[in-house]
Order: sequence, then C-alpha cells, then structure tokens
Amino acid sequence: MTGSESCIISLRGITKYYNGEAVLRGINLDIHDKEFITLLGPSGCGKTTTLRIIGGFVTPDEGDVYFNGKRVNDVPPYKRPVNTVFQKYALFPHLNVYDNIAFGPRLRKMPESEISRRVKEMLELVNLRGFERRSVNLLSGGQQQRVAIARALINDPKVLLLDEPLGALDLKLRKDMQVELKRIQQQMSITFIYVTHDQEEALSMSDTVVVMDMGEIQQIGTPEEIYNEPVNAFVADFIGESNILDGIMVDDLDVVMFGRHFKCLDKGFAKNEPVDVVVRPEDIDIVSVEEGMLSGVVTNVTFKGLHYEIIIDIEGFKWMVQTTDYWPVAAVVGIKIDPDAIHVMKKSKYSGAFGDYSSFSDEHEKLSEPDAKPEQPPAEEEIVD
Amino acid sequence: MKTMIRIYTVLVYVFLYLPIAVMILFSFNSINSTGVFGGFSLRWYRELFRDSETLNALKNSIIMAVLSSLIATVVGTAAAVGIDKMRSRWLKSVTLTVTNIPMVNPEIVTGVSMMLLFVFASRLVRISGVLGFWTLLIAHVTFNLPYVILSVLPKLRQIDPHLQEAAQDLGCPPLKSFFLAVFPTIVPGVLTGAIMAFTLSLDDFVISYFTNGPEFQTLPIRIFSMTKKRVTPDIYSLSTMLFAAILLLLIIINVLQAQSEKQQSKKKYY
Ligand SMILES: Nc1ncnc2c1ncn2[C@@H]1O[C@H](COP(=O)(O)OP(=O)(O)OP(=O)(O)O)[C@@H](O)[C@H]1O
Ligand SMILES: [Mg+2]
Repeated sequence: MTGSESCIISLRGITKYYNGEAVLRGINLDIHDKEFITLLGPSGCGKTTTLRIIGGFVTPDEGDVYFNGKRVNDVPPYKRPVNTVFQKYALFPHLNVYDNIAFGPRLRKMPESEISRRVKEMLELVNLRGFERRSVNLLSGGQQQRVAIARALINDPKVLLLDEPLGALDLKLRKDMQVELKRIQQQMSITFIYVTHDQEEALSMSDTVVVMDMGEIQQIGTPEEIYNEPVNAFVADFIGESNILDGIMVDDLDVVMFGRHFKCLDKGFAKNEPVDVVVRPEDIDIVSVEEGMLSGVVTNVTFKGLHYEIIIDIEGFKWMVQTTDYWPVAAVVGIKIDPDAIHVMKKSKYSGAFGDYSSFSDEHEKLSEPDAKPEQPPAEEEIVD
Repeated sequence: MKTMIRIYTVLVYVFLYLPIAVMILFSFNSINSTGVFGGFSLRWYRELFRDSETLNALKNSIIMAVLSSLIATVVGTAAAVGIDKMRSRWLKSVTLTVTNIPMVNPEIVTGVSMMLLFVFASRLVRISGVLGFWTLLIAHVTFNLPYVILSVLPKLRQIDPHLQEAAQDLGCPPLKSFFLAVFPTIVPGVLTGAIMAFTLSLDDFVISYFTNGPEFQTLPIRIFSMTKKRVTPDIYSLSTMLFAAILLLLIIINVLQAQSEKQQSKKKYY
C-alpha cells in the first residue's frame, strides 16, 4: 500500500506501543493540501503521538508515513518539510524575538538582509510589529504563542503542526487566537494539522475533524458530518450533547423506540437490526401531552442564557431538551421529534456506555459539594484539640 | 538578646578567620619568627619565587586544575544530559545516589582506594611506578565529576524539554541542536561546575597525596612537605596565595549563581 498521490500526508496502518501497550492502533489518515484538519479526542487518546509521528519525533512500530506519496518513516525531523508549534511554545530563552524567528532561515544560510525583511513580514502576520528586540522571556503567553507561530511559518512549511496551541491561554484570548489562526492559515494557504481536546474549537475552525479515542480513529468528516451524523455512541457523546437511545430498525425509514414507531431518514440497515439512536437536545420540541409522541415529567431546569436545559423523565429514560420556552419542574409534557432530528447508528463497542442524563442531577450535586463543606461538623482531630 | 546574637556571630567569625588572618599577617613579616611581627615586607614572597621547586609545584597545580576541570566539565555535562533524559524515575534516582556518594565519602577513603586501584591495575599490566601525572589527573577528574553534574542538572530541569526538538524541527541536526538550543541556556550551570572543579582540584590535598608520584607535586603537597622540614614564613605566603586564589574563585561562582537566579525570577514575573 502506498499513500494516495493527491494527499500531502498519508498515514497507513500506524501502530505505536509504549511499554507494551498500544497507544495507536492502525491509524489510517489522508491529509489534503491547504486543509485545516483537527485531531480531536479525550486526554491520552494518542493525538500528540500521532502529531509527533508526522513531525518525525516518534517512529511508528508498524505502518508507514507518506509525504506526497513518498515513504518518510526514516527521514529525521530536521529533514521533513513540516514545522511544529509546540504546546509550551519551546522558544529559545537565550535569544530575543528576532533571533528566535530567524533561527530557521539562518540554518539555511539565507542572507541576513532577506532574513530581516522576512522576520518583519512574519511579525506583521502575527500582529507583533516592533517586537524584534524584546526578550521572549518577558512576553505574555499570547505573545509567546505568536512568536512560536512566526518562528515556524518563516520556513514556508507546506504543513504546520500545532499541538493544543491555545491550551495555556484564557478563554477570551483563545477565541481571538482561534479567529487569527484561521486567518493565518487562509492567508498563507497551507495545511494545518491541529490537535485539541476542545470540541467547540475543533468544530469552529476545521475543514476536517478526526475524532480519536483509545488510539483509534472513530470518525473522519467535516464538522457538520461529525455533528449531524456521528458514526457511533462515542462520537455522538463526545461532540455536543446528545440523547442516545436503544432502538430497533424495523424497516427503512422506521425505527422503534419505547415500543413506538418513529419516522426517520435512515435506511440500509438489516430488518429488525438493533441500533443506537441519537437525538440532539436542540432538535426536540416540548409540546402538550396530547400532541406529544412521548410524554414525561420535567425533573430539572437550568437557565443557560440562550436557552433552558430541561431534563424530562420519560419512562425512566432522562432526556435532555434545549429550548427557549420555560417549563417548570414537575410539569407533565410531551415531546415531538421530527424525522430529520433522528440519527440512527450501528451498534458499536460504545453502545450502552453512554445513554441518558440520569446522572445529570448527581453531577450537579458533586459540583456544589465543596460549598457545602463548611457546614459539616468539624473533623475528629479538631474536636480533640 | 540582640547583642548576645551579635557577640556570638562575631565570635564565630573570629574563630573561623583568625587563623587565616594571623597567617596572612605573618606572611608579610620581615623577620623569620612565628611569634614576633618585625614589620611589613615582601621578603618571604620573594624567597618563595626564588624556590624553583615551589614554582614547579605551582605550575603543576595549575596544569592539573585546568586539565581536570576541563575534562570533568565536558564529561560531567554530557552525563548530566544523559541523566536528565532518563525516563525511568527509579534508574534516575539510583544514578543520582551513585553520583552523590563520592562527595560524602571521606577523602581519605577515596584516596587510599584509588591508590590501591592504580597499583593493582599496574601490577596486572606489569608496569611499576604508575603513580604520577596520569593517576593524579584521573583522580582529580573523578572527584570533580559529581560537582559538575550537580551544578548542570538543575539548569537542565528548568528548561523546556522540547527545546532541542524545536531546533530540529527548524532544520537543525540533533547534535548541533544541542549546542544551539540547549547549551546556551545551561551555560551558567556549566561555568559554575567548571570553576568549582577548578577550585577543588587546586586545593585538594588528601586524595592527591595518595595518588601522586614523586615527580609531579602539586602546591598543597609541596606545602605539606615543606612543613615536614621546618616551618618558615614562606609557607605562610604560599598558603596565603592559595587562599586568595580560592577566595576569588568562590566569589566568581557566587556572582554567577546570583545572576542566573535573577534571570530565573524575572521569568516568573511575566
Ligand atoms: N514517551 C512515552 N512513553 C510512554 N508512554 C507514552 C509516551 N508518550 C505518550 N505515552 C502514552 O501514550 C498515550 C497517548 O499519549 P498522547 O500524548 O499521544 O495523548 P494525547 O491524546 O496527546 O493526550 P493529551 O490530550 O493529554 O495531550 C498516553 O497514555 C500516554 O501516557
Ligand atoms: Mg497531547
């Protein structure tokens, strides 16, 4: 097998073991030119390892890495046409901003006059005009971030690797930098391979999202595909909020849940195949009991600013519904689900691992526990004293 | 209470420095006496510099200090980098303990055991009279190593572990990456280690006594052999010069450390 010629980077059957444990299992991934692709997954799923394999810092135990169709497994990092923005920036502390950015070009023996021009260009690109002589140790986190990006981009890489580049920044700065990174990617028209465990960040910035878990790719797709058509319960649960139900696909376009038939748009399943069904909380309408397809009792209401998050107990299954209408706790209501709001998935090893929101109120209590502590009786030692 | 503490402090320093002060004073004595100060003169310094054997010992000491500290710095820095990269915590702490033991080991034990090793090894290869320049150099490098390692390691711990990778990422081969990205940031530690090694080598007596040979004497050994004959004030002047040299080196080490600490705290604030 070789990488597809049209892809700038291809991973084929990549497996990596650490201490006898597989942290990547047969990763296959094609990355196209000028694409903003994001590796998304929970902590420890192997995102950084995948990125380091592309950068050349980790050698896969099995499988091959192709750049433009050429196998590069044995090419060391300093000969690969990619550059990395490291998680904690890894700026050279003994060099100022200018010398940090000029590091790459100087190695390639670019004339100093041209370096000076290029550094200026890069500083402008990352909005740090006039910062040449500053010490990198005295910059804020956001500014260091920008220097790290400039230091990588001055080498004209075809591909930029970014490992949770915004992880250390506060929320406001994060949002600004997300917009800016996207602008830089489009302005330079190069490929970004971006690592994050923040699903919102992934959805809002990427052309393609790669959802990973336990060293395996779960799904590759556009943000819309990932959100609207998750392939299994893990993806549905990890991306956004979702009600995941057991169903039986009795026929094309007809799924049975709670013993009732629901119209849906999915087909191609075997007759009477057991399936997982996803219904997003914002796609559910709360109506009167008579109008509802199912009915239950409101058990919890949380105001979220834009909407209310309402938990409804329907025959023991706790649904989450997001709506702008207010419904009081203990109200008996019906819910309505349109066919296009229902998404049917094949059963997977994740089936049953995620489900309803019955743990919702427990989670809530756990969160408020620290506040309750002062009211508890003093610990035994304190009394003895 | 305050005055008590003050008096106590003064007493401590008097005890610490009085002998040295007296020695320095008598090194400038104009007469040959240990009890009476007959006026200021450089007579004993002049005498010292006329003594070819002493001058030779001075030269030997400097050669030994320069060579052994250079070798120890190179080897020790490389060792520190290796220790820093160790993944297993267990292996790391074992290595560090093994590194530390020679520092707390009584010098006389180190000296005797090294002499034994050298003599034993020379018997094996049937060479006699090995003790001399080379054995002394090996001994000095050996006891200097832990000090270099322990002054470089903390610097390595402070830096971003990805610095070398960052340089490689920008197109730099691995070894060059170390010298361009990592080494400049640990220079203060390397320098401190080098000067410390130089100082230790310059003032070592016990270990040198057991591992040197008759044809290569260092200053401390020369001073010791002079005292065996007759204590004359030129010994004081020699000791004074040794003291001054080592004091200077210690000051340099302290200044270096204070400077890198200042840099470190600057980083934290921003
Ligand atoms: N050098 C290493 N030696 C041993 N185990 C490692 C090494 N690097 C990573 N691992 C392990 O491999 C697994 C995947 O690590 P990786 O850093 O790729 O995860 P990640 O998805 O980037 O997670 P995070 O979001 O926490 O950064 C983890 O269980 C980690 O402990
Ligand atoms: Mg990571």
